[in-house]
Amino acid sequence: MIINIIVFSLVGVGVLFALIRLIAGPTAFDRVVGLDTLNIIITATVVLLALVLKNELYLDIAIVYAVLSFLETILFARFLEGRR
Amino acid sequence: MIITSYILMIIGAIFLALGGFGVFRMPDVYNRIQAGTKATTLGAFALILGVGFAEPSWFLKIALIIVFIAITNPVGSSTLARAAYKSGVSATLLQKQKEGEDK
Repeated sequence: MIINIIVFSLVGVGVLFALIRLIAGPTAFDRVVGLDTLNIIITATVVLLALVLKNELYLDIAIVYAVLSFLETILFARFLEGRR
Repeated sequence: MIITSYILMIIGAIFLALGGFGVFRMPDVYNRIQAGTKATTLGAFALILGVGFAEPSWFLKIALIIVFIAITNPVGSSTLARAAYKSGVSATLLQKQKEGEDK
């Protein structure tokens, strides 16, 4: 169980720094980069949560979250590119 | 088997933390894209593979998630970098070179 605490606290450090970049980014692209990083970290964390809670349903949630986060990144990039 | 999964999970968590720290610390949009994408891709690979080693009956869905991240993550980051370049976000290294030429 000590391994879960170590892994979750390391992931929490990454989430914290990506959130700081998401809130305080100078341009809109910095915010989208922070959001992209945050999405990958959250996908990995949901898979880890499936192991900790012994429930296979979280893997389906992780698959759907990965699809939606990819669509979100592409949409934001297209929108910011077209806006000039 | 369980020791392998623990080692992989700790490696993955370290790389995820380093990816978040790189996104926070780098000076430029392109540097942030590079640091965030590469480090977090490796970290997510290792962490998810560690979960797959701990529960071998889940390996099909785990492999599906890994393949999906391996395909979509570079595509998303390169689309983002192309959008940033086309809308005129300048890189700090290019700015320094231009300032050097002006002087």
